[in-house]
Amino acid sequence: MSAILNDETKKVLTTPLVNDNPITLQVLGICSALAVTSQMSTSLIMALALTLVTAFSSAAISAIRNHIPSSIRIIVQMTIIASLVIVVDQILKAFAYDVSKQLSVFVGLIITNCIVMGRAEGYAMKNPPLESFMDGIGNGLGYSLILVTVAFFREILGSGKLLGIEVFKLTKDGGWYDPNGLMLLPPSAFFIIGLIIWGVRQWKPAQAEKVEFKILSIAHGEGGHH
Amino acid sequence: MPSKCKHLEKLNATLEQYEQYRKFIIYKDKVLALGNDSLEKTIAIAVSLCLVCAVLVSFAAVALKPLQAGNKAADMKKNILDVAGLLEEGADINAAFSDKIEAKLVDLETGDYVDGINADEYDQRKAAKDPAQSILIPKDKDIAHIRVKAKYAKVFLVKEAGQVKSIILPINGYGLWSTLYGFLSLEADGQTVQSINFYDQQETPGLGGEVVNPNWRALWKGKKVYAESDQPALDKGLIGEADIGEPALSLIKGSVDNTKPGSQYQVDGLAGATLTSTGVTNLVRYWTSNEGFAPYLKKVRTVKGVKS
Repeated sequence: MSAILNDETKKVLTTPLVNDNPITLQVLGICSALAVTSQMSTSLIMALALTLVTAFSSAAISAIRNHIPSSIRIIVQMTIIASLVIVVDQILKAFAYDVSKQLSVFVGLIITNCIVMGRAEGYAMKNPPLESFMDGIGNGLGYSLILVTVAFFREILGSGKLLGIEVFKLTKDGGWYDPNGLMLLPPSAFFIIGLIIWGVRQWKPAQAEKVEFKILSIAHGEGGHH
Repeated sequence: MPSKCKHLEKLNATLEQYEQYRKFIIYKDKVLALGNDSLEKTIAIAVSLCLVCAVLVSFAAVALKPLQAGNKAADMKKNILDVAGLLEEGADINAAFSDKIEAKLVDLETGDYVDGINADEYDQRKAAKDPAQSILIPKDKDIAHIRVKAKYAKVFLVKEAGQVKSIILPINGYGLWSTLYGFLSLEADGQTVQSINFYDQQETPGLGGEVVNPNWRALWKGKKVYAESDQPALDKGLIGEADIGEPALSLIKGSVDNTKPGSQYQVDGLAGATLTSTGVTNLVRYWTSNEGFAPYLKKVRTVKGVKS
């Protein structure tokens, strides 16, 4: 693997997983992370769809980056992203009808997912196509990692299942587990993502943001440099 | 010398094509060499990008259309099997459908079966949108808020050993945000509810969207659609009496007390979704009234089971 991939490719592929994760560090793409994570199956499909869209849109934008007029830069990016999302939506409707029904509008909303735009504007506009493609894959995987983790906890605690297969036997079926209804509602994803962010920043303190304001200590008459 | 002439013409055409291609290449190089922010390049890039994206999107949409239509049809069949209580996990939907279920067209006005139109290919939702095949509903009778209905409705008969076991009626009506489309399955008496389901709705997930919840849908089993003669309906019907009794089924606030008289006409309302619940009551009443399937169900009852 390392023989094929040069350092830059390796870097863009692995740093978004933990060190520069789009959800936990940049806090992007939260909306869909709340909406589609009540089941593992929907979040896996969503993760796959977003990863593909990010990768291919970054590659396409990067391929024409030297010719994009700066005045219509964002529109050009959006057109490419939107076209790819429609194609993905059509493919899902043709090959995974049930999942596409559950994901409903959220596939279409990949267009407005900040991760896709963020990578296009932040990376693909300045780097060659292959690296941009890998950067898209890497960021998609970082998003996927969080999405699947959240969905894992929500599905197992909310309905006692994983990928639709029963793991905990529910009390209503004569088992021991009383499901937590909150886990099926979007706010629970906030709590889980919050806990994940807290955990990651404890593990890697460099990710914690600096305090923006400090209260000046007036009594000592000095400028708050503690 | 006609053949030589033709030859020459062909050559000329090819030359012309080549010339145009050469011009295009020259123009392309010229545009690409322009400054990124020049007006000409901006327009050229925008136009060509739109062309490429449009081709990509339309190709995907056209090429995948047959597969998507197939999925939609299979999904519809699955819903019909589901409301008939015949859906088995992993079974072949198409085989089960053609085996046990027969589609029939019913003239809503007279309640008679319609012959001469292939029922399998008839699309009631499409027909409702076609002025030639639909009827405008008078405002005072339109309690389901659907404005138009198709002249002919597509019902499904579930058969077992040659006998009709249940009748599946297509129903639709307005809830809170959307028109709900679904099926109401009645037993062969045209009176007892077997099941209900909604295959197309955009009500609030978790509130009105609970119309698809299997636990709630299970509450419908065994309920009666029409008020029986010895028992007056609880609250008077909204659009008058049908020939076979008043449409009486409704959703109520809270839970139904099964010991009380009249509870066979009541189903639990959806918590936190008053407007969707009212919508469901109205659409069930509408479709079981004289405007809907009452003339047909009357015939079903008088011949004691449907012949076909």
